[in-house]
Amino acid sequence: MHVGRGGSTTAAALARRRPWRIGNLGDALSRTVFAGLGLSLLALALLMAYELVLESRHSIRAFGWGFLTGTRWDPVDQVFGAAPAIYGTLVSSVIALMLAVPVSLGAAIFLSEMAPPWLRSPLSFLIEMLAALPSVVLGLWGLYVLVPWVRDFVEKSSLGHLSFIPLFDGPPFGFGMLAAGLILAIMVLPIITAIARDVMQAVPTSQREAMLALGATRWEVILGAVLPYCRSGLMAAVILGLGRALGETMAVTMVIGKGYNITASLFQPASTAASTLASEFNEATYNLYISALVELALILMGITLLLNILARLLVWRVARSPEVIAE
Amino acid sequence: MSHGAREAPGARRSPKPLMLLAGVLAAALAAFLLVACGDGKDGGVPSPVATGPSGGEPSPTLQGTMPCPPPGSATSLTGAGATFPFPLYSKWIDEFGKLCKVQINYQSIGSGGGIRQITAKTVDFGASDGTMNDEQTAAAEAAGGPILHIPMTSGAVAVVFNLPGVQQGQLKLTPDVLSDIYLKKITKWNDPRIAADNSGVDLPDTDIAVVHRSDGSGTTFIFTNYLSKVSQEWQGRVGFATSVEWPGDIGGEGNEGVANQVRQIPGAIGYVELAYAVQNNLPWAAVRNKSGKFVEPGLEGATAAAEAVSLPDDMKVLLTDSSNPDAYPIVGFTWVLAYVNQTNKAKGQTLVYYLWWAIHDGQQFTKDLLYAPLAADAVRKAEAEIKSISYQGQPLLQVS
Repeated sequence: MHVGRGGSTTAAALARRRPWRIGNLGDALSRTVFAGLGLSLLALALLMAYELVLESRHSIRAFGWGFLTGTRWDPVDQVFGAAPAIYGTLVSSVIALMLAVPVSLGAAIFLSEMAPPWLRSPLSFLIEMLAALPSVVLGLWGLYVLVPWVRDFVEKSSLGHLSFIPLFDGPPFGFGMLAAGLILAIMVLPIITAIARDVMQAVPTSQREAMLALGATRWEVILGAVLPYCRSGLMAAVILGLGRALGETMAVTMVIGKGYNITASLFQPASTAASTLASEFNEATYNLYISALVELALILMGITLLLNILARLLVWRVARSPEVIAE
Repeated sequence: MSHGAREAPGARRSPKPLMLLAGVLAAALAAFLLVACGDGKDGGVPSPVATGPSGGEPSPTLQGTMPCPPPGSATSLTGAGATFPFPLYSKWIDEFGKLCKVQINYQSIGSGGGIRQITAKTVDFGASDGTMNDEQTAAAEAAGGPILHIPMTSGAVAVVFNLPGVQQGQLKLTPDVLSDIYLKKITKWNDPRIAADNSGVDLPDTDIAVVHRSDGSGTTFIFTNYLSKVSQEWQGRVGFATSVEWPGDIGGEGNEGVANQVRQIPGAIGYVELAYAVQNNLPWAAVRNKSGKFVEPGLEGATAAAEAVSLPDDMKVLLTDSSNPDAYPIVGFTWVLAYVNQTNKAKGQTLVYYLWWAIHDGQQFTKDLLYAPLAADAVRKAEAEIKSISYQGQPLLQVS
């Protein structure tokens, strides 16, 4: 490369000239520090995983793979199995997503496409405030407001009449899988809505204008131009919501009823891994008990990791699909 | 082709609606605070940590007949454990602190936690509503030598229910009916076996919602111990401990959680400490004791349960299903766990003098808080235990 005469030139020339020795040291130092900070996060996660594996080794040795399929949680006989907790975690999250995703998408479409300007910001602000609600506050609300409503309105009156379907069978407690799913839905709703709205607003106007020019109605613009364009973003929003639902502890613990079993009925009390940990860890009185609880924590971490990886693969695959690449 | 983001028409953020909204929210908050700051009665929920003293003079009723720790004793102690006696321990810590200028910090983390912390020697004394089993005793003895269960008080576990139309004092339960309800063998309130003991009471055709504790608990220990004594099937299938595998239905967090669930669910039945049943105005059932008499939970029934029961020297005795004809059958001691061989002389001295005060002067505070005072025989045995606490072979307590 040819160095220009006089005055500063390209960065490469500067680097070759190396006029400031301190600057070089500063570069090296900052590179080390920032790399260290970045890697320390990774190290923290690995350390957590290592500690979980270490503490759960008694339980792993005692139960082996049977822990994943065992259905009993008996501290007296010292028999522990995680299947109902895993089932409860997955089912409550699925119910939450099934309830929250349509509402969130609808709200996001309204906010980005149809809301008048004076309504847009206050409504977005309020929905984001919902995400800031502490989990335990929502749990208390669930305990005193949601659970009686579920018991009286849903389980006794409306869905209770459908008790021939196994999903809606059982006495009306209020506490149970349905209440947990509802509260989780309320918790993931603001996250999905906020991200979906941002993603939809990021769709270029040119796309909308092109659809309109072809004679599309307002709805056809939304369904044909906006939604397909931000498919991967919407999926990322749902994944983030799922992540929150899987790990949510306090609110779920308060309304799920903590019955340790696997049933088809949504009305029955159930348990999630997080609720079992929160309830029992403080008072686990012997080593195998503590070890079984830590193994439950390890399984929860594993489920979250697995689902996130699968979801990322899905997003990556969708993002690479022909329609989007052709843009 | 322009790829301008956020170009939807009219997307400019106008500050005015936002400020209006903020103003409305602030006004609403102010109005709410004004309304709420009336004569709101405190719910009386104890905070989970007690440190004393809270300043001021000891209560006028306190007769300080027992000596304070001698000079050279520690001025602070730590303890942890059972939630059941927490209201009483708070009161004791406060009064003893005012009397003897000692600060005791008690963490109400549960019986299991208390056992764990004393075994780990992170606290000076533990507290538990359940006796330590063999494994726990072995672990504690390996950590610090022989460990004592010193009884402090006893209390009743009330069986509470929620049946519209059935009042306090109307429901009677026999041991086999109660155990079969909890085994999920009796599932409806109008079951003939329940009706047999409750003629004249209109029992509805509602499902029984069985509520238990989801966290490890001394109350569970006492209740399941009673069920194990009166039901072979319960003993074989479930057993007794601070945490068991319940046949059903719903778990509540803490005594408050169970009380709340029983209050909310029509047809629910649950077990809570007597104080929580009274505070929450929950009706309780009379349970038939070993002599055939239906007794309601209360101070008389709880005190009677300890009388006429032969108390072993190590006081690791469970008062459930007492043979005393006036006893309420679901009663238990609550113990303080302390090592015989203390490793710190100053702290050991404070500990023994506090415990000595608790089993004598402290007992005057039990009745107001709905705990039963220790009977004379129990006090004698507890005295012997406290006198055995020593430092390097020398007993720490210097009273006759």
